[in-house]
Amino acid sequence: MSLNATQLKHVAHLSRIALDEAKIPALVVDLNAILAFAEQLQDSRLDALAPMAHPWDQSQPLRADEVTESDAREALQRGAPAVERGLFLVPKVIE
Amino acid sequence: MSLQSGWEAVIGLEIHTQLATQSKIFSGAATAFGAEPNKQACAVDLGLPGVLPVLNAEAVRMAALFGLAIGAEVALESTFDRKNYFYPDLPKGYQISQLAQPIVRGGTVVINVGEGDKAVQKTINLTRAHLEEDAGKSLHEDFAGMTGIDLNRAGTPLIEIVSEPEMSSSAEAVAYARKIHAMVQYLGICDGNMQEGSFRVDANISVRRRGDPQLGTRTEVKNVNSFRFLERAIDYEITRQIELIEEGGTVQQQTRLYDPDKDETRMMRTKEAADDYRYFPDPDLLPVVIAPETLMAWKAGLPELPDAKAARYQAEYGLSAYDAAVLTSTKETAAYFEQTLAAMGSAGDAKLCANWVSGILAAQLNKASLDTTHSLVRAEALGQLLLRVADSTLSNKLAKDVFDAMWAGEGEPDAIIEARGLKQITDHSVIEAMVDAILAEHPDKVAEYRGGKDKLFGFFVGLVMKAAKGKANPQQLNEVLNVRLGPCGAGD
Repeated sequence: MSLNATQLKHVAHLSRIALDEAKIPALVVDLNAILAFAEQLQDSRLDALAPMAHPWDQSQPLRADEVTESDAREALQRGAPAVERGLFLVPKVIE
Repeated sequence: MSLQSGWEAVIGLEIHTQLATQSKIFSGAATAFGAEPNKQACAVDLGLPGVLPVLNAEAVRMAALFGLAIGAEVALESTFDRKNYFYPDLPKGYQISQLAQPIVRGGTVVINVGEGDKAVQKTINLTRAHLEEDAGKSLHEDFAGMTGIDLNRAGTPLIEIVSEPEMSSSAEAVAYARKIHAMVQYLGICDGNMQEGSFRVDANISVRRRGDPQLGTRTEVKNVNSFRFLERAIDYEITRQIELIEEGGTVQQQTRLYDPDKDETRMMRTKEAADDYRYFPDPDLLPVVIAPETLMAWKAGLPELPDAKAARYQAEYGLSAYDAAVLTSTKETAAYFEQTLAAMGSAGDAKLCANWVSGILAAQLNKASLDTTHSLVRAEALGQLLLRVADSTLSNKLAKDVFDAMWAGEGEPDAIIEARGLKQITDHSVIEAMVDAILAEHPDKVAEYRGGKDKLFGFFVGLVMKAAKGKANPQQLNEVLNVRLGPCGAGD
């Protein structure tokens, strides 16, 4: 598997990452090297094994349905760039 | 709506159902509706670095109950995946959902389409129902070009209930959505409040020429927060697609919003391809395992569901299939009916209760835009009123007058009957005296009747009823009149 410049731009857009056009050719090379490294896994023979969802062979611990968190808005919004009437403000995003 | 000839519609629904837990699916923040912005959003809901999700046991139980109720396979092992997309009301940049191994697989519900004797049943297959977290809310107005984000809803547990594309009209889609709505409330796993967004329906709609085995390109209509809007949105979208194709255009796969003010759908965004979500197993969450004996205990504890209740109403009370379906269509209506019947005690008349609850009461509630739980006439009071119908104190017409007075807050039925002197006249001799008085006043008409003018019978009934201020028992009045007048056309 390998990635071309168009695919790289598409994936970057989905992640809302701005790419410097000039750096794209080098990024394609680097990313493809990473993909090639990971591709070694394809050589493993796994036909007889069911896929695991997690490397630990355990099941998910569950918690009781109880409200344990109280209002921490003030503390949690201290790091926000902009806040108004209790809302986080972000640049307008409507497609 | 009748479909343009030669076309058929194919509709599947995705219903986002908020589970009625106290806390969120992966955090201990509260889920109550209506809190001030961001006062119920903790570090986990905000997706701050270093936090880990811990799954709410109740959300798992509720999802499993739904699966059991629709006869689906409830997976003893299910897994969570990350669905990646960028939007500010999804702070982690991914939604935790279930793609590969959902908790509920398959299942069916039976819907009733049409009214009365014309109602038909259809079985709709479900694809799946999976657990996921809700997103927050974006408020686009009033912030000088910025968007306000409220994350109170972020992390609220949902099951997304996905049907097969097996509905072919808006009526079927609405019947299906109503059935699911009823079931989640019978199960107590969702409050069903559509205005508050607890039960949100998206419709996937496509059209094709009748007989074409190939499915057409579909659009997804979102933002439908009532059953009436669902019906209108689907009808609008079916017509739009057919007209588009007939004019030589092609349907684009896209997400559309329904605007109830304009009664139209319009494009929201072209749909991202499934690949663009880059699903992968969430490394923060282990597989969810349900022990078989736990599942069996949950199954044993299921409440009586609409279909079983409707069957019981038919068998136990002799109600028609249609009446039974109407009365069980919501948990509240069924409870109201049962309370009304119980209030009648040993004189209980199920058919009479059914007629009143699904007829006069339903019409009154509809007129006042109230649901059964907010009825201004309590079930016990209606039962008392119907006792007076059953024992012939009141005719149906007088009972309706008393019902209206009860609705207006004038008190208990017996007190209203007493205060208004509405008690039906059932004393035979009193009715006889009234009939004799009227006949004596109109000897000419009596002669005409006896001469063969049978339509005059109604004239006499009207006069006696007027004299009795509507309170004469209609059956007895007819009997007495028949006797006193003698056979029509018998001569004087």
